[in-house]
Amino acid sequence: MSLLSLQHYWWMIISLLASLLVFLMFVQGGQTLIYTLGKTETERKIIVNTLGRKWEFTFTTLVTFGGAFFASFPLFYSTSFGGAYWIWMIILFAFVIQAIAYEFRTKPNNFLGQRTFEIFLFINGALGTILIGAAVSTFFTGSEFVVNKLNLTNLANPIISRWQGPAYGLEAVLNWRNIDLGLTLFFLARVLGILYILNSVDNDAIAKRSHKQLWLNAIPFLIFFLAYVFALMINKGFAVEPETGRIYMEPYKYWHNLIEMPVVAILFVVGVLLVLFGIIRPLHKFNTCSSQGIWFAGPGTVLTIFALFLLAGFNNTAYYPSTIDLQSSLTIMNSSSSHYTLTAMSYVSLMVPFVLAYIIYAWWSLNRKKITEEEMEEGGHAY
Amino acid sequence: MIDQIDLSMVDWARAQFALTAIYHWLFVPLTLGLSFIVAIMETIYVRTGNPEWKKITKFWMILFGINFAIGIATGIILEFQFGTNWSNYSWFVGDIFGAPLAIEGIMAFFLESTFIAIMFFGWNKVSKGFHLASSWLTAIGANLSALWILVANAWMQNPIGMEFNPDTARNEMVNFWEILFSPMAVNKFLHTVSNGYVIASLFVIGISAWFLLNKRHVLTAKRSILVAAIFGIITSMFLTFTGDGSAYTVAQKQPMKLAAMEGLYEGKAGAGLVAFGILNPSRNPGDGEDPFLMKIEVPRLLSILGYRDANAFVPGVDNIINGGFKPWFKNIPDEEREMTYSVAQKIERGKLAISALRDYKTASKAGDTILATISKKNLEENFAYFGYGYLNKPESVIPNVQLTFYSFHLMVMLGIYFILLFIVVLYFLNHGTIEKQRWLLWAALWTIPLGYLASQAGWVVAEVGRQPWVIQDLLPTIAAVSMVESASVKTTFWIFAALFTALLIAEVMIMVRQIKIGPNDGGQK
Repeated sequence: MSLLSLQHYWWMIISLLASLLVFLMFVQGGQTLIYTLGKTETERKIIVNTLGRKWEFTFTTLVTFGGAFFASFPLFYSTSFGGAYWIWMIILFAFVIQAIAYEFRTKPNNFLGQRTFEIFLFINGALGTILIGAAVSTFFTGSEFVVNKLNLTNLANPIISRWQGPAYGLEAVLNWRNIDLGLTLFFLARVLGILYILNSVDNDAIAKRSHKQLWLNAIPFLIFFLAYVFALMINKGFAVEPETGRIYMEPYKYWHNLIEMPVVAILFVVGVLLVLFGIIRPLHKFNTCSSQGIWFAGPGTVLTIFALFLLAGFNNTAYYPSTIDLQSSLTIMNSSSSHYTLTAMSYVSLMVPFVLAYIIYAWWSLNRKKITEEEMEEGGHAY
Repeated sequence: MIDQIDLSMVDWARAQFALTAIYHWLFVPLTLGLSFIVAIMETIYVRTGNPEWKKITKFWMILFGINFAIGIATGIILEFQFGTNWSNYSWFVGDIFGAPLAIEGIMAFFLESTFIAIMFFGWNKVSKGFHLASSWLTAIGANLSALWILVANAWMQNPIGMEFNPDTARNEMVNFWEILFSPMAVNKFLHTVSNGYVIASLFVIGISAWFLLNKRHVLTAKRSILVAAIFGIITSMFLTFTGDGSAYTVAQKQPMKLAAMEGLYEGKAGAGLVAFGILNPSRNPGDGEDPFLMKIEVPRLLSILGYRDANAFVPGVDNIINGGFKPWFKNIPDEEREMTYSVAQKIERGKLAISALRDYKTASKAGDTILATISKKNLEENFAYFGYGYLNKPESVIPNVQLTFYSFHLMVMLGIYFILLFIVVLYFLNHGTIEKQRWLLWAALWTIPLGYLASQAGWVVAEVGRQPWVIQDLLPTIAAVSMVESASVKTTFWIFAALFTALLIAEVMIMVRQIKIGPNDGGQK
């Protein structure tokens, strides 16, 4: 395969991992609703255990997303992580505290107390989603950095990627569009969390509250989402001249991307419709199998986010733009690994379907039966 | 703004990496080993159908789960830290280094996280066979993840299978298999995981010894000791074997590290191995003083271990600084071996390589193909010393000799002690009198922290001993960092220090309580 095809292939893998990650953030969304949906200790236990059996998938997807991004587009890794330092550090912090919260929450003698670990879960759910959303939004709105490979020959300061943003990444939250995407992700994760709980828990009280919360979260999600998409379509975007690699501002760039890549447009529209259908289905009060919403909203989320990432990187677009030095912007062409590495990694990526297959099988094995109060009281392993 | 690297940022970035790596490594070795011990115990349960073994399996699995979670919590920081604190590094070698990290995620982490859920929640939901397979797959997943990260680490110590591309200003992979199967990588992986197996064995034996001391769960404890001691003795042999392999590769690829490990300043042919020694703290490079206040040495052993030849010349710190000796290769005749450069000469050549890169890039941009070709040739000729160009004085290539020396000797002495402990434990277990050997049971209990100490000491040897290099000879620590204010790195350092310490306290408290609850209740509240 040519280098260009490999770069496109790897951008698709990155986009796929990102979209799976967003879907799996139902865990984070659910974590912000433990006390809203669970009013008794047992109900909260049911919710925590429902989410707790899946948290590692989200976490692992995040770690793999990071690793795959490093392997395929290392200049992004060095520029963004080494520059937007604080936003990434806070995100990491939010995930560190998640990793022990489930396991330690109800263990006797746990030092910090059950409530602390529940607060950890809430912080992870809120900060994790909002800040990841804000960080990803800079793929469209841009950041302030300069990349100069000649710096490597400057003995006093050989650093190639130099961040110019005043707050090392935290300045991203000053742009309303970034915050908008952060909140979109936050409410989407909550919607997905509710749908997942409806699907996996057999408890009337929780189901009733979930239905109510579905409305309350679906509406802000839709408002923030539509506002973001609208702003994206009418704003200028960061275009690349394919022959020279020169980067320039193009009005309606992302709208153009959408109409110039009809397949992506279809994925996007179908994705959005599936999410809407997944939300409406359980809300329809005559619906007898209202727990199936996640089966539509989940794949819908994957398609939508996948399409959004393709809009950011395909069709001669700079996916990680620099607003202060346009020519420093990262494109899938100028930031990728070598032909050899991308090829080697492509062989590795052939394992992905196999991995997905065993995940689905294991998931199905554990989810065949809904989680009930009785199971929580049986005394098996529980969080 | 002055265009100068902030040296305190470099120190804080190093401190942060050391902190997170040390904490991470408090939990990972137990995960690596205990996962296999649990899988072995469950296998015995499935084969015998004896519910006592199920109880034993479940008890150790609870402890495994507590430890596993905190290993993950500390691990995620390490991965992203390459980007946040070591941005230049991430570009300079990301083409090679990123791949193992990605493979680790795809191949190992998913295996681990998928099947651990079955391991804990699947007892009544899947068949016995599927559950057992899940336990084994979790163990394999954990160990595979160690494989990839250690391949990456080994590559930093011995960069091979790549070429520098001046157009992209980075190293690019040219041979994946060479990286994966380099002797450094193979030894590092095997030595590190077998270390995890030994720690897990010491952990299981120590806790079981505590049960015996308290006359509780005697059958469970004795059976656990049996499994762990056999596992421990076999894996210790392996640990010794791969430790020897590691030292051999260090001698070939990182002679300065070997010199620091042994406190060797003036090299010689037929060098002895220091069995025990106290370093002279006022010894400086080149001052000719005796580096030891006292030492007990095994004659010629260092030459044998490092070069497989009793007469081999082992260079010391001073020799490496001054150059002018011929590195020992057993099968290459003396006249064909090249004299080594002094570090001062290497620094000069490194600076030549760096300026050749600048000339090449400037000439290419200006379309001056002749100058570009000449510069590229210059760069290629001097590239082996590229990293030296960032150093200012020859002494910068000397790691902390005291720390490296004592860590190395502590690790080796403890390693020998562990083997003796396994043998004695097995002896008394076989004689059926282990409950009566209270001294041995106490010793076994107090050996648990020693296992961790030895392991951390091993990492200190590997990582402090290779300073100042992030990539051996090609990139020193000072040139690898990000351009972030040191105040930011300092702040995150203290945040993580406080957080990890709190989590460690929580983990130990939970673990101790679960052990006190014991296996009868399956460990739950």
